[in-house]
Amino acid sequence: MRFLFKTDYEDDIKLIPHSGYVVTYGILLALLLIAPYVLSSYLMSQLVFVCIYATVGVALLILTGFTGQASLGHAAFLAIGAYTAAYLQKYNVPFPVYFLAAGLLTGIIGAMVGFPALRLTGIYLVIATISLALIVEEILARWESVTNGNEGMRVKTLSLLGVTVPRDSPTFYYLCLAVLVLTIVGTLNLLRSPTGRAFVAIRDSETAARSMGVNVALYKVKSFAISAAITGFAGVLFAHKLSFISPEMFTLQLSIEFIIVILIGGTFSLHGAVLGAIFIVMIDPFLTYLKDDMPGIIAGVAATFGASSATAGNIQSKVAAFASLNGLKGAIYGIIIVLFVLFEPLGLYGRWLKIKLFFQLFPLYKRATFKRQKIYVKSERNR
Amino acid sequence: MLDFVQQLVSGVALGCVYGLIALGFVLVYKATEVVNFAQGDLMMLGGFFAFTFIGMMGLNYWIGFAGAVAAMALFGMLAERVVVRPILGYPQFSIIMATIGLGYFLRSIAGMIWGTDDLKIETPFSQGVLRIGSLVLAYDKLSVIAATMILCTLLYLFFNKTTLGTAMRASSENMLAAYYMGIPVKRVVSIVWAISAAVATCAGVLLAPITFIHSNVGLVLGLKAFPAAVLGGFGSIPGAVVGGVLIGVIESMAGFYLPEGWKDVAPYIVLLTVLLLKPEGLFGLHVRKKV
Repeated sequence: MRFLFKTDYEDDIKLIPHSGYVVTYGILLALLLIAPYVLSSYLMSQLVFVCIYATVGVALLILTGFTGQASLGHAAFLAIGAYTAAYLQKYNVPFPVYFLAAGLLTGIIGAMVGFPALRLTGIYLVIATISLALIVEEILARWESVTNGNEGMRVKTLSLLGVTVPRDSPTFYYLCLAVLVLTIVGTLNLLRSPTGRAFVAIRDSETAARSMGVNVALYKVKSFAISAAITGFAGVLFAHKLSFISPEMFTLQLSIEFIIVILIGGTFSLHGAVLGAIFIVMIDPFLTYLKDDMPGIIAGVAATFGASSATAGNIQSKVAAFASLNGLKGAIYGIIIVLFVLFEPLGLYGRWLKIKLFFQLFPLYKRATFKRQKIYVKSERNR
Repeated sequence: MLDFVQQLVSGVALGCVYGLIALGFVLVYKATEVVNFAQGDLMMLGGFFAFTFIGMMGLNYWIGFAGAVAAMALFGMLAERVVVRPILGYPQFSIIMATIGLGYFLRSIAGMIWGTDDLKIETPFSQGVLRIGSLVLAYDKLSVIAATMILCTLLYLFFNKTTLGTAMRASSENMLAAYYMGIPVKRVVSIVWAISAAVATCAGVLLAPITFIHSNVGLVLGLKAFPAAVLGGFGSIPGAVVGGVLIGVIESMAGFYLPEGWKDVAPYIVLLTVLLLKPEGLFGLHVRKKV
């Protein structure tokens, strides 16, 4: 086990706490860089979605995980970014310009949402962001001169410095990866700066933060703006990846998916956004795989345990019928969310930390280390 | 003028449905400070139960209604026991996510069992209209308005006049203190979920003749009932109904007088405006912060 001796504040906020980080993350980055030459094109496509979802996840973590402001409206920010890109592209604006413009516009709109959100907390904020998302969705459907209404907009192939980058090319993947890595590094730096410390202070106690001299209103608006801007950048990539956008892609469902990303990944660390994004994006192919292959596997298992071929065939058709039931995916989705909230509130990254600590402390690990305190006394209404 | 009154009445009827669902939100919130995002789906499930009893088994309307309410009350207790009780005391965010997950689950299961078609329940109010002069009022809408008024009054009296109601308010203020005072908090929470599921079922059954029952009805109406509860100030029973009626009337008026597209957005614009001016909703209590 490695012990880190921290003798001053600079030691505590180091971006790279020890050399092990360079090795592990270097290997990870190398693997990600060679991925296009190893993985199938389908998996590559999923990996691009992982990058985009993880970018949104990081954005949402800044707002929800670190500033403590819940938002069920991030699909709206993604939509604004995507539509800005699609609209500016029609007038042959180059990629770097509309990429930045989309982030800027979304950031400004995010700040505008932040102002009314200043007075709202908890459930009122959730409903306000839902309202915003529904209003944006309706505007996208109705403002036909700009958004082309419900017919949607076609997004032309990305062209970067005169080179066309098709949406399934390795270059596009590298672009998404670069955006994700830059976002993560930027956010890490943000979080160890005074601004990030102020965010965390607001999350933990608004009153305490204010009495320590933190300008709560300013930092809340900042948090909204930064989170929205990052989501806007992700929106541009999202639009290019899908090559076609329409209002029904940016529903409340998508906002909930983003929340699930950070919930399943873990809301207390940026690792959570990436792990959650992998989980959410990969669950689809995984369920399809189960649906196609599970009946055969179960029948095979039954056969090895001595079931006759007729019974095995019967089991196979029963399982296949069950697996192809309409809506099974939604049910599994629901069960996964509930199970995570009940049994692993710290998310996948929390589980990883627990496993790691178990081996580090091997005979001495105790479960109570990660036990959260239940609060029955303090009423959240009075916060 | 006649158009206006006609729109007003249909808006009030629609609003009462929102109000009924919002009542369920408020009940659970009042007693446990849990925001139940699956409330609309409980309503949907109640509607399906009633359909099974009345439409498929051919029971009398009132018996089927009562059966559905009883079954859903039990289901509400079950849902509370399995999903909510283990995470009581944790931050609100966890509980919101758990109920969102529950909603997903219920919607899919209902779609699997009852299919995705629109179902209809034959009720004594399905046909017939009341004519006052040249004003035409359908019985199904009037029944919703009447039922909402009755339920709202009963629940208000229950919360403010009975021992159990007082116990519920106490456990919402401070669960631990309520527990020390001898209130069986777990049972109280369980009963609240039963009541709110029962109220949701009433909404589902009354709604059946107006907007048919299908597996997504809970999501659609829940998203309207939620602003209703917030508009009234989460935690106020009359507020929920007033908020629901306001949302219903706004929606109905916007659909009639404003260009297409405003109907779905107008309630949310009003909601945002109200929240900006009065963050606690219309009837919410303004509580001072304690440090």
